[in-house]
Amino acid sequence: MKLTMWTYEGPPHVGAMRIAASMKGVHYVLHAPQGDTYADLLFTMIERRQSRPPVTYTTFQARDLAGSTADVFKAACRDAAERFKPDAILVGASCTAELLQDDPAGLAKTLDVGIPVVPLELPSYQKKENWGAAETFYRLVRSFTGGQERPTEIAPNSCNILGPSALGFRNRDDVTEIQRLLAANGIDVRVVAPLGATVEDLARLPEAAFNIVLYPEIGDSAARYLKKTFGMPFVSTIPIGVGATRAFLAEVRALAGLPNEELVGEAEDRATWYARSVDSNYLTNKRVFVFGDATHAIAAARIASRELGFKVCGLGTYMREFAREVREAAEEFGIEALISDDHLDVEQAIIDARPELVLGTQMERHIAKRLRVPCAVISSPVHVQDFPARYSPQMGFEGANVIFDSWVHPLMMGLEEHLLQMFRDDFEFNDQAQASHLHGHTPEAPVSVAQEPVASEILPAAETPTGDVTWTTDAERELKKIPFFVRGKARRNTEIFAARKGIRPITVETLYDAKAHFAR
Amino acid sequence: MNQPLVSCATPSTTIRQRGQHEVFCGLTSIIWLHRKVQDAFFLVVGSRTCAHLIQSAAGVMIFSEPRFATAIMEERDLAGMVDMHDELDREVARLLERRPDIRMLVLVGSCPSEVIKFDLNRAAERLDKRFGSKPRVLCYSGSGIETTFTQGEDNFLAALVRDQSVHGASDKVARLVVAGSVADVVEDQFARLLDELGLEDVVFVPGRSSERLPKIGPNTKFVLAQPYLGATAAALESLGASRINALFPLGEEGTTAWLKAIADTFGVSPARFAAVTEAPRRRALEATAHYRSALAGKRIFLFPDSQMEPSLARYLSRELDAEIIEVGSPYLHREHVAGELAMLPPGVSISEGQDVEIQIDRCRAAKPDLVVCGMGLANPFEAEGIVTKWSIEFAFTPIQGYEQAGDLAELFARPLTRKAMIAGDRSGNRRAAS
Repeated sequence: MKLTMWTYEGPPHVGAMRIAASMKGVHYVLHAPQGDTYADLLFTMIERRQSRPPVTYTTFQARDLAGSTADVFKAACRDAAERFKPDAILVGASCTAELLQDDPAGLAKTLDVGIPVVPLELPSYQKKENWGAAETFYRLVRSFTGGQERPTEIAPNSCNILGPSALGFRNRDDVTEIQRLLAANGIDVRVVAPLGATVEDLARLPEAAFNIVLYPEIGDSAARYLKKTFGMPFVSTIPIGVGATRAFLAEVRALAGLPNEELVGEAEDRATWYARSVDSNYLTNKRVFVFGDATHAIAAARIASRELGFKVCGLGTYMREFAREVREAAEEFGIEALISDDHLDVEQAIIDARPELVLGTQMERHIAKRLRVPCAVISSPVHVQDFPARYSPQMGFEGANVIFDSWVHPLMMGLEEHLLQMFRDDFEFNDQAQASHLHGHTPEAPVSVAQEPVASEILPAAETPTGDVTWTTDAERELKKIPFFVRGKARRNTEIFAARKGIRPITVETLYDAKAHFAR
Repeated sequence: MNQPLVSCATPSTTIRQRGQHEVFCGLTSIIWLHRKVQDAFFLVVGSRTCAHLIQSAAGVMIFSEPRFATAIMEERDLAGMVDMHDELDREVARLLERRPDIRMLVLVGSCPSEVIKFDLNRAAERLDKRFGSKPRVLCYSGSGIETTFTQGEDNFLAALVRDQSVHGASDKVARLVVAGSVADVVEDQFARLLDELGLEDVVFVPGRSSERLPKIGPNTKFVLAQPYLGATAAALESLGASRINALFPLGEEGTTAWLKAIADTFGVSPARFAAVTEAPRRRALEATAHYRSALAGKRIFLFPDSQMEPSLARYLSRELDAEIIEVGSPYLHREHVAGELAMLPPGVSISEGQDVEIQIDRCRAAKPDLVVCGMGLANPFEAEGIVTKWSIEFAFTPIQGYEQAGDLAELFARPLTRKAMIAGDRSGNRRAAS
């Protein structure tokens, strides 16, 4: 057993639901107990869909266990086929039904519903949501491209986009942005899947020259299968960030046999100039902690470091499947990757790294709020506010613009930062105050945080001297003159310095000695 | 699958349904129970689905340090490679180390733990012994195969009551038990009214802390504040307590009838009753009247969710003059809601259980003005142009008692008001454009 207060991913059948809900004409019959229909509200509330997800649940109850749950499944499957008349049916079990071993695949076959049935084997006690989505997509692609012949004449500039799905972080706008960018660069996008695709579309996948995998967590296994079976190469550079978008376009154009002198769309990039403008100077070497799914975390760390001039002080993912990629990326920044799906580990790592900005998921937003560190969301899992009404891609040049705005927004503005440093006893503009442009959202923040038992539990822990280090009163007072967002770092550096030199207690002198010692 | 039955208790038609149930499981009740009982921790023994369910349903309420968690069963637990009881003990020890302030640990059973017949009772007893009741350890089932939404609270309260025969009670003696969690503000109002009626030794279950219940015995009367407490009532009765039969305290009429039933049981004089209730009754009627025009004559269809539906329908029909088309309830405790059903006008369809597709067909055909339903159905209905009120709010909002009667009416009126406002604005824009 594993104690879990918060889970970064749902069970694998939720991944399968995401694929069914992404596509058109695919229905999912899920053998599951009463109550598992909660998953519908992920789609109807968080994603604000206008229709119910195409899922029929058997919702068996205790009294059904005495009888035949297999019959309940068969009835549900037959009814779903008749009522919804889908082009294909996915059948599978949720974690509880997996224990019953009713074999939905076999049962559905014997029913002979007259449409293709794709059985899913999703081990709920081993795997998680993204794996479930990838496996489901792969099974569908395999089922509907199997036996297809690749046409002899294929336009070299034709491609498919694989990976975008329902409940994916900003997938809706990423697809729009990338399709637009590809079209402007002379690339012909044939099929986008699973988002918006039909089973006929899946059958047409082998008719394109190559594939683009936008979300490897979901599209990778299908792309590998298409490569192996049809010899279709695929692009797996993720176009998040200006540099990555350029590399992506160059790679795609090369694969399509197009000249590479000119990449269309760069004119829309404002992020590069914004980051160069003097106003952004104060962003230099701000410490940033990055956590999320592998794709978004790696992309974010590279943008933070290379395009915004932050210092990446932590990088991690909750996806063990992509641990290797994240470890490799972390090496670029000289840090060790955090591979964990335990939010308490992540919280501890954030406390230890003492970042000035956290880029993470909904969970890191909660952690950052408790630690009173600015935060922006870069990856699933996310809540309803990250399925915005406005156009807000992460990918492509417009995506880079969105990213610049949303990551810089939570930080205190440069002048404000200077003034705080100069006049720290101002009654309304002191270092307990939030960034003034955020006041509207959190007017009571300083007071409530001070009173909140949870926060006080953590905050001292973050700032308490490690071991038996003592500070003189004067030194403590001097330490408080350092702006709060770097104070933790200063305290720790001073304590490390004092410990190494065997200095006790720490005086004002020690503080400044340490500052000189660690000066960059 | 649909069997229209003519119930002899009421002139209405009862529809019993089997099929897909679009409802929450009992685990969901942890979301409000862990806020109500402030030193309790709820540990679900289940799967990743259970953890995902609670966190999805709780939405933004998930702090990084909530007082609930899931011990997720893994492959090796199921394969018998490890002893699940040892595993549970280890995780509980880890949890208590992290949260030494916990005074009551509640193990909550789920579908997977029930299906593999994991004996939570035994685990709870063992852990309780091991920790010397510090914290005390209880257990109940919130599994979807056994419980629907609010029934989770029923099982929890029943476990709290049953605990008395195992671990005994506090020194106090309870004369009146008010069972069912209500918002703190409602609890305070009820306590004040009961005090003014001259009642002493009143106990609210659940209380705000994990303290042991006062002694419940043959001299104890109990009244239900919520309609979903079948198992709790049975547990109280098994200790000798007897139930005061009453309407549920929704709306002016329901609250008055509820208080009157209590007052009559304890021999409170009609004059005193009238004196105590007069002012709040007037306020409740006045507040409700503001919304009557918005709801009078409106045709309302209620999907099953919390078992509060018969009481809500009675309130809508009698105090707001709405027309009720169908009242769905996941389960009907016929004895407890007999009073509610008897007050519904003839011709109202009552449905117990659900086949959601067929119920949606019925609902669409009836063309209601307002549909009370869960979050999985609400937006899809709205997209079809059918106005909805999502039902989970009735479990999370203070709606019981006199002072909340207007708020309850407002919950139903709001979606209709909103529809009118937004539609008005749109036509305004069109005029401006032309």
